[in-house]
Amino acid sequence: MVYENPDGVRIGLEIHIQLNKLKTKMFCGCSTDYHNAAPNTHTCPVCLGLPGALPVLNKKVVEAAIKVGLALEGEIAEETQFHRKNYFYPDLPKGYQITQYDFPIVSNGKIVIEGEDGEHTVGITRAHMEEDPGKLVHIGSIEKSKGVLIDYNRSGVTLIETVTEPDMRSPKEARRFLDKFRNILEYLDVFDGNLEGAMRVDANVSVHWGTRVEVKNISSHKGVERALLYEIMRQKNVIRRGGKVSQETRHFDEGRGVTLSMRTKEEAEDYRYFREPDLMPMRITDWIPAIKETLPELPDAKRARFIEQYGITDMHAKSLTSKIMLADFYEGVCAKGVDPKIAATWTADVFLGELNYRDLAISSYDGEKIGFIHAKDPRIKNSIKVSDMVELVNLFAEGKISDRAAVEVIRTMLDTAEEKTPFQIIEEKGLFKAEDDLVTKAVAETIAENEAAVQDYLGGTEKSLNFLVGQVMKKTKGTADAKTARDLIIKELKG
Amino acid sequence: MITKEDVEHIGWLARIEISEQETVEYMEKLNSVLGYFGQLDELPTEDVAPTYHVAEIYNVFREDVVEECLPQEVVLANTEHKQDGAFRVPKIG
Repeated sequence: MVYENPDGVRIGLEIHIQLNKLKTKMFCGCSTDYHNAAPNTHTCPVCLGLPGALPVLNKKVVEAAIKVGLALEGEIAEETQFHRKNYFYPDLPKGYQITQYDFPIVSNGKIVIEGEDGEHTVGITRAHMEEDPGKLVHIGSIEKSKGVLIDYNRSGVTLIETVTEPDMRSPKEARRFLDKFRNILEYLDVFDGNLEGAMRVDANVSVHWGTRVEVKNISSHKGVERALLYEIMRQKNVIRRGGKVSQETRHFDEGRGVTLSMRTKEEAEDYRYFREPDLMPMRITDWIPAIKETLPELPDAKRARFIEQYGITDMHAKSLTSKIMLADFYEGVCAKGVDPKIAATWTADVFLGELNYRDLAISSYDGEKIGFIHAKDPRIKNSIKVSDMVELVNLFAEGKISDRAAVEVIRTMLDTAEEKTPFQIIEEKGLFKAEDDLVTKAVAETIAENEAAVQDYLGGTEKSLNFLVGQVMKKTKGTADAKTARDLIIKELKG
Repeated sequence: MITKEDVEHIGWLARIEISEQETVEYMEKLNSVLGYFGQLDELPTEDVAPTYHVAEIYNVFREDVVEECLPQEVVLANTEHKQDGAFRVPKIG
């Protein structure tokens, strides 16, 4: 099957990610751990842009950028350097941003995603290093703003800006690209996507191979698909009415789910880039071999290994490797000698499914337990131990609990903060599978009490069997294994 | 050649107000400076690599080690325009 792309959609992305795993900012020793701090408590003369202060580049920034470049299969520049991008805005205390211009550290990379019609390659034009501006908070709403408060704690934190080719053909592909990109960055351990403002996305999109429109301010990961769906629909409507899509920059209003034209000044962008005289150029290609050595196994490689090593399905392997912390948790569970296929089902299907249902995102794994946090309310958090998952998988594999009971255990572990083992939960809730003679008794009773259904089944109505199984489950309060009950009924009635 | 419009544009980019009289004055001065560079342009430099730093120094880095930051009151010491620990500025256009 080849994807026809009926509306001629082309999407390119520009993604800013914060290297928030580094201890300090890009050009000064201020800590990056400012997320719960009072305003302007993580600043110094360099990131405040005070006269005479000189930037000195954090070596780890360059190492991380090279790591990202290698993971994206890009080229690392022989010689690279910084430029000043000049513009006035209060979040930028120096009046310019230190960024890279015509010699970015990374160029010509790619990421292979699951596209509309199978594997699809998205080209990475470039990736470069730059500094984050400060944060502006409007007093009152943006429209009725009485003034603006500036907090420079974020000023000078390292950003990696990555620009893709316009290779994505639908909002879904754009979303998948971001999922994969974020996953890779977390594997590299340079980035924590759960922190506020960690990833910011601008998109350019056109339909029928026409004029492209830039959509800015897509802050949430999930907002990308919505913003693009809206913008594509808008452009198609303009063309349907006989109009022309004009080249412009639009702003995504997350609350209303629409894109709005930004009334920009007529002046074309005029940033007067010039080489940053305070920073020396870099020649870092001789670092590459050593950094290559430190690269972890990346998602695609891990996925292939999981299939090979644990004998699990590609679907399970893909899902388990979609987050490094989940992959590590699964391997932690398997290392305890449980059946890896059963562990894959309970981790990838049930555990992950229940997390998603609750809007919980995996946020940590320390070798003993996997932590998760609510996507919108960071106060809601919890964790599950490797030993708990091992116990649960073993109880299920030994036939001591039904699959319904195992799901119930996982839900209880997610919803309560009490530290209880699966065994304790099962005991408390009476979830142990009924003894076989209990089930046999329930089957006998059911057959005796449901003459009509028994006759229907013997007469060829298969549905009636389901009804009888349901009655057995009811009698055993769900502790019977449905398949056992079914087999027993058939055996009883048909010999 | 720098025109009056160029000077006005540069003034806007730099957020400085330039009077009609100054515009003409700056235009002449800028053209004189650029005229000088025009003379330099006449030299054959096709085979000469551009020099951005006179010192041939590469790879100046620092380690990723946390240093002490300034206290908030020191950060805000030079402004009267502050509120709740932040700098306060007029709303932006």
